[in-house]
Amino acid sequence: MDDTIEITLTVNGETVTRRTSPRQHLVDFLRGELGLTGSHVGCEHGVCGACTIRLDGRAVRGCLTLAVQADGARVETIEGLTESSEISDLQRLFVERNAAQCGYCTPGMLLTAAELVAAGQAMPRAAIRDFMSGNYCRCTGYQAIIDAIEHVLEARFGAPAKEEG
Amino acid sequence: MSGKAGASSSNSTNPTNPIGQAIPRASVRRLVTGRGRYTDDMTFARMVHAVFVRSPFAHARILSIDTGEAARAPGVVRVVTGAEVAEVCKPFQVRHAGFPALKVTPQHVLAVDKASWQGEAVAAVVAESRAEAEDAAELVMIEWGELPAVADADAALAPDAPLVHQELGTNEALALTVDGGDVDGAFADADVVVEEEFRFARHTGVTLEPRCIIADYDPSTHALAVHQSHQAPHEMADVYARHLGFPGHNVRVVAPDVGGAFGLKLQPYADEIATCALSMLLGRPVKYTADRLESFVTDIHARGHHVKARMAVSADGDILGLEVDDVYGIGAYSQFPRTSVFEGVHVLRMSGVAYKHTNYRARVRVAYQNKALSGHYRGVGMPIANTVTERLVDMATTELGLDPVAFRRRNYVPSEAYPHTAPTGFSFEYMSLGECLDKLEELVDIPALRAERDSLRADGVYRGIGIATFTETTAISPEYYGKAEIRVAAQESCVVRLEPSGHVRCLIGMTDQGQGTATGIAQVVAATLGVPVDDVEVISGDSAATPYGAGAFASRGAAIGGEVALQASRALKENILAVAAAILQEEPAALDLSDGRIVAAAGGTARMELAEIADIGHFRQNILPPDVQPQFTVARHHVPRALPHLSGNGIQLSYLEVDPGLGAVKLLRHAVVHDCGTVINPLLVHEQIRGGAVQGIGSALYEESVYNNEGQMLNASLADYLVPMAAEIPDIEIADVITPTRSSELGAKGVGEAGVTGASPAILNAINDAIGPLGGRLAEIPATPERILRALGVV
Ligand code: FES
Ligand code: FES
Repeated sequence: MDDTIEITLTVNGETVTRRTSPRQHLVDFLRGELGLTGSHVGCEHGVCGACTIRLDGRAVRGCLTLAVQADGARVETIEGLTESSEISDLQRLFVERNAAQCGYCTPGMLLTAAELVAAGQAMPRAAIRDFMSGNYCRCTGYQAIIDAIEHVLEARFGAPAKEEG
Repeated sequence: MSGKAGASSSNSTNPTNPIGQAIPRASVRRLVTGRGRYTDDMTFARMVHAVFVRSPFAHARILSIDTGEAARAPGVVRVVTGAEVAEVCKPFQVRHAGFPALKVTPQHVLAVDKASWQGEAVAAVVAESRAEAEDAAELVMIEWGELPAVADADAALAPDAPLVHQELGTNEALALTVDGGDVDGAFADADVVVEEEFRFARHTGVTLEPRCIIADYDPSTHALAVHQSHQAPHEMADVYARHLGFPGHNVRVVAPDVGGAFGLKLQPYADEIATCALSMLLGRPVKYTADRLESFVTDIHARGHHVKARMAVSADGDILGLEVDDVYGIGAYSQFPRTSVFEGVHVLRMSGVAYKHTNYRARVRVAYQNKALSGHYRGVGMPIANTVTERLVDMATTELGLDPVAFRRRNYVPSEAYPHTAPTGFSFEYMSLGECLDKLEELVDIPALRAERDSLRADGVYRGIGIATFTETTAISPEYYGKAEIRVAAQESCVVRLEPSGHVRCLIGMTDQGQGTATGIAQVVAATLGVPVDDVEVISGDSAATPYGAGAFASRGAAIGGEVALQASRALKENILAVAAAILQEEPAALDLSDGRIVAAAGGTARMELAEIADIGHFRQNILPPDVQPQFTVARHHVPRALPHLSGNGIQLSYLEVDPGLGAVKLLRHAVVHDCGTVINPLLVHEQIRGGAVQGIGSALYEESVYNNEGQMLNASLADYLVPMAAEIPDIEIADVITPTRSSELGAKGVGEAGVTGASPAILNAINDAIGPLGGRLAEIPATPERILRALGVV
């Protein structure tokens, strides 16, 4: 009995058609079927953010999204964002600031940070911390990550307005 | 002798010396582009997936197991029980020659007759996919005979407690004592005795990447190849060979990128050995990846101490004596092979060692309980010792109305007293206690902070300042596991070779899970040889390709790995200069290597490119004198023998606000001053301290493995088990004090555990400083809102 469903989606700009089980999560599909292992799995219950990917332009949890939900959708992963150079400044700052230690949280952090950068405005540091607080990192203690993001926001959009923070 | 001066050639201000430079890690470029390669990212031809059926009970007899339906489920390749696996795999039998009284019983990799904790694996299902294996695992029918469980460590030591292991006749695995000086006299003479009862909750490491292993057995050659998320691939190869019946050289363990380890991935787990056994039974690669829920009930836990302690103090503010009594619950078995007792040993031997008192008595009782195993996690017992000590110190200063800064300075072991043996029995080469305190006062304006705290109190805002001196042992010698007759190496080994291109490769037993050890070692190689850092590649994490090393633990990467890299690089440099001297018709002593060139030792004039020497040495030896044999591959081993361990130390400060209505804590500032000896790379050293401090803050404020009395873990998900996230954590302010160890040329002492070791005492002291004026007193971590409200008598 074949309970698989055919889906067609755009992944990092390429159209792919595959059969998938209706219960397969999108992150498992990307990792297992397409070999896009840059997206990671840390909890499989929506808390850690390691599986963060972009679905139709929005950052989502790849472990809370079913592959079949992505039928007809546009999916981007760390591999795609790297190729398009969209976040090359963030990536450079993560390297310079040592904002990745084991690196397991890093692709998810970058996808979340990319959403912040895409919002197009500078932000006070405390607000960056709040925005990033859905992504767990066990290694860095977060400061270097926040530094890197803050630096990129400032470089792109100037210093944040003063009131908050 | 004062150890203070130390070697000063390191940390030079010479901008071309890579040691001391904040060089980013090249490997991060892979990690930020999604090109990290973790074990679960790998697949092999014909690979199948293992899932374990785990005990839902903390203590239960296995009456029967019916695997029939599971075996017939779609995609299933094999279902095995404990009895079947036991045929290919010996159980663990922990032994420690230093503690012959340690009571132990063999631990099977899959439970055979009974399960002793919730989460113990009892059967394994192997299927074409992980999902199919999970489905089939639900179909394994086990008839259980529930047994009385004991979860609380104190309850386990009660005379009528149910026994975790009937055959041992007791739940007390070991009792350790120290009695030094005249403790009774000290307490009799004391003007003030402060006394506290502490509870340190059990918690766990919560690496973001769960444990993962792929075992690939080849029956044609009787060889086992393992890829595993691990800190110690050489040690694992030895364990697999011995437990599964392989000649040592037929087992290869490769640790690719590892997504966080912290001691959690330092030792073998039963399910990992079982995965190897499954591959042997099937002759196929078998992958096992823990899911988050089973990580919580099978990953090593840590802490879990109930400590009663008291300190005798004179009216002038001299510490006269210290007494510590600890009950430490280790779960159902003592961790193999290191045992779980070191956490207790560190409570016993590291309490109060910063202070010059001479009267000390301590007892640690180690208890079995029907819980997940507890043992080695970052800091191993040292956070407990430091919290007990520093809390009592603050209580004494409060009681006597003395300044906590001045009190500490007065009681520190003075600089001229080193080498110093504490009344605990541990000895210390040097501890820069006063220097760290001075540095803290430079970093944080403590009087201003006190003034702010005091003025806000008038407005009903309760802020507290906590400082905590911390002491640590790092980079242990064979006096530990060698003496214990446990097969854990103290040495590191390294091969450095000049490649034909003139670049350098360094193959080392030491491993790196993101700490940056590999980069630090590249800097040491580059500095010693005289080549650019970018010209050095460090290769580690492969038990077959790299020389033997114990890997990452006890903050030893830079101290021991760095030292062996220095020694090997120096030898290679001599060999290179010998060849250069033959070509240039000079004495080797007249030449030097700098920035990838042979230069004149005097004056530094460039004589020849290193790449040219490499080319001649590999391909054009015909132009060399006939008696010159270029030796461009050099191996060295280094075993620290001069001292039993190195001594790190530092001080941390927390400034926080407690909401007395909600019990919530907002950490406002956190500062760390640390002395790790030679700083090879300040960027990486400081990020190690930050990451460690945040783990320590996590254990002080949030993290706890909550169990009920039946031994059921109640919060085994990342939604229920709280970890620190970005919004709760302030920036961590850091300053260094640098006192290189004299026991090595490099002088590095280690930094991996510093942050975690001193954070919880600073937080707990700050909370008490905040709630003291309200009559509150807390001696329990994590300091949850509920506990704070209880301490305030609100609930
Ligand atoms: S794996 Fe998706 S949020 Fe943790
Ligand atoms: S760098 Fe390891 S989890 Fe973030």
